[in-house]
Amino acid sequence: MRNFVICSTFIIVFFNSLALAFSSDPKEFVNELVNETIGKLADKNLTEDEKKNFVEKIALENVDINALSLYTLGELRKTSSKEDVIKYKKAFERYFLKTLTSRLNDYSSSKFEVVGADKKSTNYTIVSSKVSPSNGGVEIKIDWRVYTKDPEKPLIRDLIVEGLSLARTQKEEFASILNSNNNDLEFLINKLEEF
Amino acid sequence: MFLKKITAIFCLITVSLVFTPRSAEATNECFEGVSRSIFKFNLAFDDVILEPIAKGYNKLPKPIKNGTSNFTSNIATLLSIPNSLLQGNLKQVGHATGSFFVNSTFGILGFLNPAEKMGLKPHKEDVGQTLGAYGIGPGCYFVLPVFGPTTVRDSFGLIADTFIDPFAHVTIRENELLSISGNDLDYYSVKGATAIDFRSDNIINFESVEKNSIDLYSSFKSVYLQDRVNKIKNSIVEDDDWGNLDN
Repeated sequence: MRNFVICSTFIIVFFNSLALAFSSDPKEFVNELVNETIGKLADKNLTEDEKKNFVEKIALENVDINALSLYTLGELRKTSSKEDVIKYKKAFERYFLKTLTSRLNDYSSSKFEVVGADKKSTNYTIVSSKVSPSNGGVEIKIDWRVYTKDPEKPLIRDLIVEGLSLARTQKEEFASILNSNNNDLEFLINKLEEF
Repeated sequence: MFLKKITAIFCLITVSLVFTPRSAEATNECFEGVSRSIFKFNLAFDDVILEPIAKGYNKLPKPIKNGTSNFTSNIATLLSIPNSLLQGNLKQVGHATGSFFVNSTFGILGFLNPAEKMGLKPHKEDVGQTLGAYGIGPGCYFVLPVFGPTTVRDSFGLIADTFIDPFAHVTIRENELLSISGNDLDYYSVKGATAIDFRSDNIINFESVEKNSIDLYSSFKSVYLQDRVNKIKNSIVEDDDWGNLDN
């Protein structure tokens, strides 16, 4: 019986991790990742909490949230204390995961298609895709900035929707909040935690 | 006397813009407090008027929506022709001119878009973009009632557009061009339809930004400025700061 439980646990853990292991080719990686996510979000058998947990898990494994948090902090990352930056990173991660599920839900009924990939350098590949809303609305072009420093483990760093970078928009939004509050990082952290 | 005043204002604006920063991030506010109040007014205007009309418009049959979108885009091409010419982009002059003539004739007054199938894809160009292409910076940022986000350069461009746009020439300026004439109502109807068409295409995008922003005013500012830089360069401009993170 004990062996059966150990064996079952191993099989469940193995297949669970296998199901979330995506290709290392940036184009395939984005294709598999997005289609898997859209599929889960559209699954009517899953509860909202299950969908949220899935999106959070997939984001923690496949999005470079650490780099994204530093990028969105701008120049202040260089002058702030280490403790403040760590505190900010935690608040940013929570905020990011919260908004990600909401953002993805908005587009979950759309048809997704990867159309190409452009290797910019050894560190970056831009994967181009298009999203066609199910209601027949206008097609949206989305480029994915994939960080490929570790070729075996690509990570998403940014989404560029119709030429507009979400990371940059976030960075400039934070910069505006900081500018209006004497570059007080604590103020931004509180805002992120309150969200 | 009037011409002298206009020339003096133009020179003043040109000089002030040349020496202003050009990156989206560095664009300063002209009067942030006032702009934020106008932004709030615009959000209310959108909630009460524009969004409900756009949602209703989205329920129209697809051929009607596509036809309206094609028609307004075709008229907007008229403004792109002189601007592409002023930017010295002869390829785009060809695309815009060819597209306008093909769509206005074979495309039944622009309701269809056969030009696209022929490979004619004109960029939308305006005076603000032309000034940007000349190296003139955006100047400070502010928000106009109803029109929305803009900069000193782009608001100046908005006025200048009405002087070089052939469609404005035959409608609000009430001149005749190739025996074609119109009136103010024609001009504002087309501009209104363009705004509704744009808003209806972006229902989900607007809702997503509204739900997920901590400071919606700043998000719209960033989106507007990024979009203008991309349109001026006719390509997506990347932020170098990512490179700094890899060191």
